[in-house]
Amino acid sequence: MRTSEHKARNIRKSILQMVSRAKAAHVGGALSVADLLAVLYFDVLKIDPAQPHWEDRDRLIFSKGHAVAALYATLAERGFVSKETLANYYANGSKLGGHPVMDSVPGIECSTGSLGHGLAMGVGMAIAGRNDGKSHRVFVIVSDGECDEGSTWEAAMFASQMKLDNLVVVVDYNRWQGFGKTDEVVNLEPFREKWQSFGWETREINGHDHGEIFQALSGVPFRRGKPSALIAHTTKGKGVSFMEGRFEWHYLSPNEQQLKNALLELGE
Amino acid sequence: MRTAFVKSMIALAREDERIYLLTGDLGYSVLEEFRDAFKNRFYNVGVAEANMAGVAAGLALSGKIPYIYSIATFVVMRCLEQIRNDICYQNLNVKIIGVGAGLSYSLYGASHQSIDDVGVMRSLPNLVVACPGDPLETELVMQESRRHQGPVYIRLATKGEPVIHTSRPELPVGRGAVLREGKDLTLIATGNMLENAQLAARELEAQGLSVRLISMPYVKPLDRDLIRKAVKETGRVVSVEEHCATGGLGSAIAEVIAEECPARVVFKRIALPDKFPPEVGGRAYLREIYGLSVSGIMKTINEACGIKGKRGVKP
Repeated sequence: MRTSEHKARNIRKSILQMVSRAKAAHVGGALSVADLLAVLYFDVLKIDPAQPHWEDRDRLIFSKGHAVAALYATLAERGFVSKETLANYYANGSKLGGHPVMDSVPGIECSTGSLGHGLAMGVGMAIAGRNDGKSHRVFVIVSDGECDEGSTWEAAMFASQMKLDNLVVVVDYNRWQGFGKTDEVVNLEPFREKWQSFGWETREINGHDHGEIFQALSGVPFRRGKPSALIAHTTKGKGVSFMEGRFEWHYLSPNEQQLKNALLELGE
Repeated sequence: MRTAFVKSMIALAREDERIYLLTGDLGYSVLEEFRDAFKNRFYNVGVAEANMAGVAAGLALSGKIPYIYSIATFVVMRCLEQIRNDICYQNLNVKIIGVGAGLSYSLYGASHQSIDDVGVMRSLPNLVVACPGDPLETELVMQESRRHQGPVYIRLATKGEPVIHTSRPELPVGRGAVLREGKDLTLIATGNMLENAQLAARELEAQGLSVRLISMPYVKPLDRDLIRKAVKETGRVVSVEEHCATGGLGSAIAEVIAEECPARVVFKRIALPDKFPPEVGGRAYLREIYGLSVSGIMKTINEACGIKGKRGVKP
């Protein structure tokens, strides 16, 4: 087992414990993005948990902010905060709310929550980095649902106009959005071709295969002079049999017994 | 004001490498000089205001001071959520330039009439709202906007407005300026109503009414001290703005008077009504209809003073 796979399992366990304790929603989308986060934070991003504001760090914008439990769990696993902090998720007076807030937890680059905002901010960061002669990259994790937003495509067009090859978008393509399946609500397909026609160089992978994720992300930019889009096919609720591919886990929170079963499946 | 804006923009950018200028595909005959002087700090993002605001947030998150430019209705309303979430929520150093304040583009119709932007922007936490009243105030507000850490909305009229101030006032963020002393009534103007306000005050003086004239470029934060002092010393206050009565300067002053001025006070707002003006016409024409002309302002002031007819005596 790769280190990142071991970490992803821990991240999933943390997510489940957090959302169950907090009776919080969005567990499905947090589990679908866990492998992508694990590979990014352990094998790809140039970061230093001891210096969260290190000037030359790679930036990660978590645009699908509703799945923030996955980000908190990853930051704790990577050492930006203690794992004990995770127990405060949703607690009155704590710093761990239901969507990311810039610097509320070390390592959170910016505030998100309303969909379709992250990519444009990433474009701004990428322009600034390039103008300053820096070599760091900007990664933006977006949901499939937020690709309904026009602002995502405004940013996509402008990024290719600017030839931002220091910008990478990772789409967590779990095919479920807020109130239905992506192909039944507003079909994104042909999705890869959309990104290509907007001027991006693209790759398509299994977003749960750590080898594939690492291989793709360690090869960015996919082409010099172009922004990179990685379409990661994922499963909502990945890792817990009774959550996988089930839409209701966008909203439900596991009860005590369900948590126990889920943790058993992941291996104590 | 646009000329004063771009001159200030160029001067600031020469002094400070962090300053960027982004436009939503507008600025013909205004922004060329900046574009040519600062190629790597000027971006035309296209007709995409939401993207412009988001990109500006990303630049500010990387230590830059971006100014974003478009017609006021577009740069406020089209990307309001980006302004709220990306810029104000994160308290970022982004400056928002809206041109065409109030009825500046009256002939283009209500899509281009920025008559509700101040009310909207005034409600956003962390945001400073500035409506300079002449080219000099534009220059001063631009300088303050760079010094101020955090977002600022700057609402400009168009080209060719006269300089109203006769001396250079002290106008830090949140301060107004007294242009003319008076004891019978205080007229408080913001933005491009300053010119008519000054003409009205001057005319009333000739008719025997002593009108204090205050220019209030900062609708938020508001110069509460200056308002309290005006109430105490003149007993009557009239506000004037090229904006709907809801949420604008008059609303803001009414809040101060209601909460902080226990004495009896006469207060009237000169502002646009709660509707999109259906009339087609130039700015002067619409101002006449809605009581924002010099004579319209004088009429409201005379009413506030209990004076009927054109020439009255002091109450």
